[in-house]
Amino acid sequence: MKNLPAYIVLLPLCSALLSLALSKIHKHLGRDVVFGALAGSLVLSVVQLVRVIQNGPIHYVFGGYKIPYGIEFSVDTINAVIVIMVCMLGVLSCMFAFNFDKNGDALQVGGAYTMHALLVLGMVGMTMTGDVFNLYVFLEITSLTAYCLIAMGGSRGIVSAFRYLLVGTVAATFYLLGVGILYSVTGTLNMSDMAACLKQGNNDSAMLMAMMFLIAAFGIKMALFPFHGWQPSAYTHAHTGARPLIAGAMGKIPAYAMFRYLYCIYGKDFKYFRYVLLIIGVISVCGMIYGSVRAMAQKDIRKVLAYSSVAQIGYISLGFAIGSPLALAGAFLHMLGHAFMKGGLFFAAGAISWKYGTFDLNDFGRIYKKMPFTVGLLTVGALSMIGIPPTVGFFSKWYLACGAAQTHEYVYIFVLVLSSLLNAVYFFKVIEKVFVQADKNRTPLHPEGKGVTEAPITIMIPVVTCILMILLLGVFNVKVIDILLISLKGVAL
Amino acid sequence: MILTALDYRPGIIVLLPLIASCLIYVLGEHVRPNFREAITFAAAFPMAALVYSMIPAALAGKEIGFTLLEIVKGVPLQFSVDAAGMIFACVASTLWIVTSCYSIGYMRGHGEKNQTGYYSAFAMCLTATMGLCFSANLLTFFIFFEVLTVATYPLVVHYRDEEGTRSGRKYLAYTLISGQLFFAGIVILYSFTGRMDFVPGGFVNTGDIPMPWMLAVFILMIGAGIVKAGVMPLHSWLPAAMVAPTPVSALLHAVAVVKAGAFCTLRVVLYVFGPEAARFCHGSEILAWMAVATILISSLIAIRKDNLKARLAFSTVGQLSYIILGIAILSPFAATGALYHIVAHAFMKITLFMCAGAIFVTTHRKNISEMIGIGRQMPVTMTCFTLASLAVAGFPFFVGFTSKANIIMGAISMGQPFFVATLIVSALLALTYLMPVVLLAFKRDFYNSQFPVKKEASLPMLIPIMFTAACSLILGVMPNFGLHLYDLAAMAGNAIFGLSL
Repeated sequence: MKNLPAYIVLLPLCSALLSLALSKIHKHLGRDVVFGALAGSLVLSVVQLVRVIQNGPIHYVFGGYKIPYGIEFSVDTINAVIVIMVCMLGVLSCMFAFNFDKNGDALQVGGAYTMHALLVLGMVGMTMTGDVFNLYVFLEITSLTAYCLIAMGGSRGIVSAFRYLLVGTVAATFYLLGVGILYSVTGTLNMSDMAACLKQGNNDSAMLMAMMFLIAAFGIKMALFPFHGWQPSAYTHAHTGARPLIAGAMGKIPAYAMFRYLYCIYGKDFKYFRYVLLIIGVISVCGMIYGSVRAMAQKDIRKVLAYSSVAQIGYISLGFAIGSPLALAGAFLHMLGHAFMKGGLFFAAGAISWKYGTFDLNDFGRIYKKMPFTVGLLTVGALSMIGIPPTVGFFSKWYLACGAAQTHEYVYIFVLVLSSLLNAVYFFKVIEKVFVQADKNRTPLHPEGKGVTEAPITIMIPVVTCILMILLLGVFNVKVIDILLISLKGVAL
Repeated sequence: MILTALDYRPGIIVLLPLIASCLIYVLGEHVRPNFREAITFAAAFPMAALVYSMIPAALAGKEIGFTLLEIVKGVPLQFSVDAAGMIFACVASTLWIVTSCYSIGYMRGHGEKNQTGYYSAFAMCLTATMGLCFSANLLTFFIFFEVLTVATYPLVVHYRDEEGTRSGRKYLAYTLISGQLFFAGIVILYSFTGRMDFVPGGFVNTGDIPMPWMLAVFILMIGAGIVKAGVMPLHSWLPAAMVAPTPVSALLHAVAVVKAGAFCTLRVVLYVFGPEAARFCHGSEILAWMAVATILISSLIAIRKDNLKARLAFSTVGQLSYIILGIAILSPFAATGALYHIVAHAFMKITLFMCAGAIFVTTHRKNISEMIGIGRQMPVTMTCFTLASLAVAGFPFFVGFTSKANIIMGAISMGQPFFVATLIVSALLALTYLMPVVLLAFKRDFYNSQFPVKKEASLPMLIPIMFTAACSLILGVMPNFGLHLYDLAAMAGNAIFGLSL
């Protein structure tokens, strides 16, 4: 198992190539292959985490070329955990997508799963790579597949995808500019090598310039305020089967890349580090408030969740801006937690729309009578978003606040408080809708019997798994934090 | 807290209603109502028995409990049993049985909808309350505090109508904002002191936090407690929550929610800050004056209310501030009185509310002006109402007297004549707003006209009413009857101020 990191990437890649060809033979053969491959990647990524914990970081070099010339995958405990999160969401949303591939010919169905596998591949690669240009390649794979999956969501999806394409290309260009500057200064593309070179030289102003480009690039990709313009419509109109994966995982990976640049490549010795953190802190705070305020006004649950992502991604970058070990651990806990929260909420919303074909909150009145289980899980997810214990949302907030108190940035604590309250406003609006307000005459898309009728099992498994993860990550957060702190000890402020 | 003996009973007590709650939510619509209610009782009776079984250990001053796991880095999820928590647990677990019995009579007698959700949320509230009672540190406490906040919401919006929705929003706005500020307070306090565990007499030293910050943290932390306890000017969610069915009001006012607020204030002031730090940062003074203002103003408002439940709600606002005042006086007597008033108010107010509910179910009347002569129709109910009214007013040989006398003694020992005067005036005001109800009910002139037949509410409603009324009488004569609640209160009061019994 020396090639473990490579297998995790190669499995989805092979399945992506096979999926199209196999779906020519049978419409649903491709999806089975993709599902199997993603499940395989998930298992391997768990094995990888165990190994990293036992034996320390893995540095895997492709093709045996020497570092810094070859391409390296460097896996520590943080990205090992994130890879598990991505694979898990990939598997779950693949299963979820089974229910939404009835229409379309073999090529479209197979193609959607190809894109699905490639999206997971891109994100996993971006997380594990130790090479800045390789990161760009995976970033592009992620982006291109995301454009496709968003465009598959119907006519409005095409417009949203085109908008994202334009903005995303700008982001990629910014990233290349940033990398170009760093390359001109250091002459290397390997991350650890670059970090060593940057420490020796005295290139503060060039580094600052590059950092500004990188913040803009990652800011766009993770939909950080004020770079979030593309995100709400893209999340809303994406292909239903892929939406949980896109909304749940896609924004987190550029955030992790940003963390790498900030703390692993630049490091706390960088002259303007404090200023950069302050800038990130300020835009995070603005985003946390802006996203929530916009989310309040939405009537479509997809839009509510999309704007809430703008706010929630702010928590993660806020953790980076605070920079103490606990705050960074909190940021990563929130990254994991939020992936499952948002994934779970989109799965649950998908269950309701599978049943009634609507995402409009006004059609959700007292839907708990028909789907008590789904709605109960939806409520737990919403409470986690607000940060009510014992869900993970509370604990990540706790670590962020404690981290802020450690560095005496008390303002951030009150921003967290304010943001939770704003979250409460629109998530309780959703809860009020599903439990309290009078029901409308909904016309079910799928025949419903008397009494309780939930969505099929392939939708319910993803919902249940995500909500269980929220609770487990919450109750056993110390285990996760311990794992994260192994790698954070050296780099945090 | 340092635990002297490992004991998993607190954990089981928290778990029982949680399981019941989940079972009711999942099964509720699929099984017969009798079976659904059986689940409640199957959890309530063993829970009460387990709580009672721990009284000897608490009386012996043993710290029993256990640590479940490390809930965040450096802070355990820990349960322990102490005298103060024991009092609240005894009250809540006893009254859960009583209220459940009453609920069955009320909800069926009134043909309520959404009963499954009601019983499920009710059990969830009890989980949270038991967690609060046995939490050994602030974070554990906060977790259950927030669970209680959320679990009460479905009860407030029970009717699912416009008014219920509005009250629900109001309730959430008050409790969530104060809860989040509590969170900020805990984080800041933890960053300064590095401690979380409840210690009788507190662990904050006067020098730990620079002065203006200390008051700020104090205010942030008591905010959540006093909002739930309905201290003015943060009380307005409580009368609004009156729209919910009467058993919910009983839960809010007597069993769990407002008491949790008072208990939270107690823990923060006397087990986290401690008398010395609370006095040093002037927080206790602010708290005491707020309580005094609330006691007087709420009684005056109560006099003007014609809706019986609204009148009782404002009475609760005032009575809860007795507890807050008892805490803020910072003397052993007052603290004992405050703790015992948790017991006293629970039994008195639940009797009054259950009487109001019984009247509503039998005659569909809400307003006091429509109840003239009702004593003819419902003599037992109205007799119980009379007993409880006298107890609220603090008549000797009623349970309200014991607690109030202790608070007054505390105020005298601290040289606070104004607080003494307040308590006496408020007792008179309580007579003014409750006695008219009794007098009108038994008014002879109207006998036979409006309420000709003798017709009480159904037995599941009547028995709890008689039980709690009897309790408020018996506990007034013998404060230690049965559960040694007065001894527990005195123990806690002395422990906080470092006195031996």
